[in-house]
Amino acid sequence: MLADKDRIFTNVYGFQPWNLDAARKRGDWDDTKGLIAKSQDDIIEVIKASGLRGRGGAGFPTGMKWSFMPKESKDGRPSFLVINADESEPGSCKDREIIRHDPHKLIEGALCAGYAMRARAAYIYIRGEYIREAEVLQAAIDEAYEAGLIGKNASGSGYDFDVFMHRGAGAYICGEETAMIESLEGKKGQPRLKPPFPAGAGLYGCPTTVNNVESIAVVPTILRRGAEWFASFGREGNKGTKLFQISGHVNNPCVVEEAMSITFEELIEKHCGGIRGGWDNLLAVIPGGSSVPLVPAEQIRHAHMDFDGLKELGSGLGTAGVIVMDKSTDIVRAISRISYFYKHESCGQCTPCREGTGWMWRVMKRLETGDATVEEIDMLYTVTKQVEGHTICALGDAAAWPIQGLLRHFRPELERRIAERESAMQEAAE
Amino acid sequence: MAARKIAADTPELRERWGGWTFTEENRAKADWHIKKYPEGRQKSAVMPLLDLAQRQVGAETDTQGWLPLPVMEYVAEYLGMPIIRVLEVATFYTMYNLEPVGKFHVQVCGTTPCMLRGSDDIIAACKKRGMKAGHVSDDGLWSFTEVECMGNCATAPMVQINDDNYEDLTAERLDSVLDALAAGEQPKTGTQEPGRHTSEPAGGPTTLKDMVTENYDYRGEW
Repeated sequence: MLADKDRIFTNVYGFQPWNLDAARKRGDWDDTKGLIAKSQDDIIEVIKASGLRGRGGAGFPTGMKWSFMPKESKDGRPSFLVINADESEPGSCKDREIIRHDPHKLIEGALCAGYAMRARAAYIYIRGEYIREAEVLQAAIDEAYEAGLIGKNASGSGYDFDVFMHRGAGAYICGEETAMIESLEGKKGQPRLKPPFPAGAGLYGCPTTVNNVESIAVVPTILRRGAEWFASFGREGNKGTKLFQISGHVNNPCVVEEAMSITFEELIEKHCGGIRGGWDNLLAVIPGGSSVPLVPAEQIRHAHMDFDGLKELGSGLGTAGVIVMDKSTDIVRAISRISYFYKHESCGQCTPCREGTGWMWRVMKRLETGDATVEEIDMLYTVTKQVEGHTICALGDAAAWPIQGLLRHFRPELERRIAERESAMQEAAE
Repeated sequence: MAARKIAADTPELRERWGGWTFTEENRAKADWHIKKYPEGRQKSAVMPLLDLAQRQVGAETDTQGWLPLPVMEYVAEYLGMPIIRVLEVATFYTMYNLEPVGKFHVQVCGTTPCMLRGSDDIIAACKKRGMKAGHVSDDGLWSFTEVECMGNCATAPMVQINDDNYEDLTAERLDSVLDALAAGEQPKTGTQEPGRHTSEPAGGPTTLKDMVTENYDYRGEW
């Protein structure tokens, strides 16, 4: 188990105050000037060497992402850092804990990351429903300005850097980076076609990098303790510590920071008090937020909770929002509720997603009660394949994958429901 | 996609809301928001301004607030935007209420992580009290919406009522929250599980136990 001294988010449960004074006593804002006294490229090298991969779901190497930003502005356009705090993926609830209990880690990280990518300012886009969390974050930003930690000559470094908060208003799609940029510009959050990528033309047409809250908030600690320290946790290619969020049918759901690559069994036994009703009662797990396919019980128990370990099982780490389902779960309904979510959250821009998410949900709804034919299972699979990969952003994929996972692992259950309903109808007719 | 329409543009609506403006306090807040964005990019502030407007309408009607068309026209004018651009934003984002709502907007999360922990019971408890989607209760107190994941999955099931979350609910716990609100009291927010602080495992944290009682500095052990 990860030792407490190696946990980055020591106030994740908010037992202690979030404010600047308390955060400083825990080590935040300690000689930030010294952290960014290195050259920009040196900081990027440290982040690359640490093995940090983006914590928002896609797992793209963070240092490499930063290196795509221009080293100098040839035409006077400033660069921006946008921090994705639009946490809306069902099963994910980690950024909320960082923001309301350890906001100064995020703000200090914004300065370090912003400096490294030569950004003029950071916009933190927080989901609209995090109302009290946004109040804390704004108060923390105000404190940091007051103390001279950000703003002109931030932390006495000679670097000018602003941090602004922007609240969303209830649209899952704004977690997609270009939809977030559109939303920041005061428009509907509909994703942009790429290229151009944000690092070339993002917010207001300026070079922009969008990073998840957790990716940014771990940066100051990595700079303080060194790349080797961070890289000492987790398997090759899956380094570091990670906030896991376990929900559903465990005895004690919780958010907890652990080393990457911890096995599912250890995670559940150490922190969640086990599966409700014991391991024999486990049915399936969605290991990375609603967008990733489910993994059946027998495959997940000894799996490594990291990007590659879960990819091998045909799923993914995503945001590490681990949704546990025991044998009392109506698995078809659990996935059909996710289909409803994507139908509700499709932005309506691309036809395959706008029409497909509704169509898939309606078929899933009928499969719940077996009101379908066996051929429709194959038809549903075909439609998921017609949506997947045929839309501007990944919401179409995210809507398709959970259904594909269900069909892959629980097809007999679907067929059983269809057969059961058919025979009930037959009996009624006779 | 969520199908969302604005309230009908009637003479009564114009009569009630025509000539609506921000209060002086909200004008100062609006200008503070606008300053966060580069010059010439003031329309970036349309989302915070719509939120401010909705809250002001809420204060004026003793409800959570909503966005009548004349109010949105005022925001459009304030930012120098065509009204259609404001309507696009207001109809796209689900937190903008396009119809009047009650004093308390009860938003129950029904997405899978909450569903697994019993949100069906929470929704049933709301319905039992006469709440239904798109309808304000006769006493003007309650509006009800089943919403999508609110990011409280480790303390599910949950409800957001106006600005506060109530987590780790059962039907009984929800009832006592709603009873308290109806009686004009402010119930405890956050988790309703006795002894639980936030998202640590119920029964006490398995990690960072030093932090429970003091603001522990782990740097000495690095």
